Amino acid sequence: MPEQFIWGLEVLLNGLMAGVLYALVALGFVLIYKASGIFNFAQGVMALFAALTLVGIMDGQVPFAHLINSIFGTEIHHFGWHVPAFLAILLTMVVMVALAWAVNKFVFKHLVNQEPIILFMATIGLAYFLEGFGDIMWGSDIKKLDVGLPQGINGVIDEATYQILGYGFFIDNLDLFATAIAAALVFTLIVFAQYTKQGRAMRAVADDHQAALSVGISLNFIWVMVWSLAGFVALVAGIMWGTKSGVQFSLSLIALKALPVLMLGGFTSIPGAIVGGLLIGMGEKLFEFAIGSAIGGATENWFAYVLALLFLVFRPQGLFGEKIIERV
Amino acid sequence: MKDMDTQGYTTADGRKIGGVVMEMKNITLRFGGVMAISNISFDIREGEIRAIIGPNGAGKSSMLNVISGFYNPQEGEVIYKGQKRPQMKPYQVARQGIARTFQNIALFEGMTVLDNVMTGRIRQMNAGLLAQAIWKGKAEREETENREAVEKIIDFLEIQHIRKTPVGRLPYGLKKRVELARALAAEPSILLLDEPMAGMNVEEKEDMSRFILDVNDEFGTTIVLIEHDMGVVMDLSDRVVVMDYGKKIGDGTPDEVRNNQAVIDAYLGVAHD
Repeated sequence: MPEQFIWGLEVLLNGLMAGVLYALVALGFVLIYKASGIFNFAQGVMALFAALTLVGIMDGQVPFAHLINSIFGTEIHHFGWHVPAFLAILLTMVVMVALAWAVNKFVFKHLVNQEPIILFMATIGLAYFLEGFGDIMWGSDIKKLDVGLPQGINGVIDEATYQILGYGFFIDNLDLFATAIAAALVFTLIVFAQYTKQGRAMRAVADDHQAALSVGISLNFIWVMVWSLAGFVALVAGIMWGTKSGVQFSLSLIALKALPVLMLGGFTSIPGAIVGGLLIGMGEKLFEFAIGSAIGGATENWFAYVLALLFLVFRPQGLFGEKIIERV
Repeated sequence: MKDMDTQGYTTADGRKIGGVVMEMKNITLRFGGVMAISNISFDIREGEIRAIIGPNGAGKSSMLNVISGFYNPQEGEVIYKGQKRPQMKPYQVARQGIARTFQNIALFEGMTVLDNVMTGRIRQMNAGLLAQAIWKGKAEREETENREAVEKIIDFLEIQHIRKTPVGRLPYGLKKRVELARALAAEPSILLLDEPMAGMNVEEKEDMSRFILDVNDEFGTTIVLIEHDMGVVMDLSDRVVVMDYGKKIGDGTPDEVRNNQAVIDAYLGVAHD
């Protein structure tokens, strides 16, 4: 039994680490939802697009190479240079800001004051567009992403747990790193929203457009800023997921896992996104470990959704969401 | 009134009224085929309380929206501080120092009273993003200054006791006062009040009148206000523009306006043919 318990503990820790990645995607959702009331279905695809762009820039890939080659009959694929990781990340961020600007300029600026469902449909369209656009721009093959993040088993934890428990835990360095990054990101976002002029303006716009205009806030500026922030969070999530499991188009499916995370945490709460992500990550690993084998395994595929369903029935506003009060 | 020169004049109660700060020239505003404002001109002087009155649907709010940039008139010019104002977005107008309140109250319901009033200071915050986040140098100085200014206004409007309360929980009368505080926090050169006393009981109206007079007296703020209640307007304002069906039918001191036949007709009702 103690052996079982120790294994369970390891599973739990690994689950927590996996949950951090879910939380990162969910965080992007919450940011946009809070500031503009748009439920951004494209958040996962944005993470994919960011990762694709990052790999493409690092490897010196020619964007739209296939398109150019098939039109002009050329055979170009690479510029033949390699961009250092740090510079490539900066350049990718520039691309994400440009994307934010374009999304606002060509899509959402024209949909101000529309029903939420219409905005939601627009983001589904955006998701498909971005997936196709990423494909045309960088190609659809699976790519390896290595920006120099530490990877592999963490020796210190392995050693320490072996000394204490007689069993070395396998904790991936990358997961530890992702956790630290996520924590820093959340801290920064909270400081930004609470204590800076732009953060205050962001909350103001989320609350009332007219009032925001009357104190001198440019709505367009704030929207571009928020989409850029979401792009930044997507980039971080893309780097983590890409490093862990390669940059591939199934990456966009992690967006779907972020949905149950949000239902748990609440759509409007930044801490909620984090706690929700951790709970889902931990829950699905533990469930698989404890009960999975008894009911045929592969429970990780559906556990999160069933949990979300239970939450929808018993606590629709999530753990941290604002309580839904119906005034009569 | 005819002998007012460009340097301004002194009112009966001894307040100095300055030169013209804003001039509306031949403003015409249409919504499709509906003429909301037709060819109206008037000016606003520094330090005065200027009222726009008129029956329902006269175009008063439209006029206020033209001044604050929410509507762009099809014809006419807005001259602000001696210069013709190009077509502007509302937020650009706000940054030029024109603050306003709304008929139906537009506050940030989820934020506290203090945060709401602080948003009014956005024009006065210029420190870099990083400096603000780590609370150093210019940002620290600015924040302290802004907080002081905001606290002074909060004291002045007697809303200290609700500083930390989310605005959504406040009763109507207090919300109106918070909105006034936010507009004042911008230290505006013109303050626009859209029906500041709508929906208030007599006592609240008296409070609000007192605050408007005090603000004007203490900070020398130029105020343009729209109001239904004739009695209140006549007591408060230095000069009054009267509108009816989108046209200007009177302009002058409260006494002049009160004795204007067109105004009496508009208010008491006369057959329009």
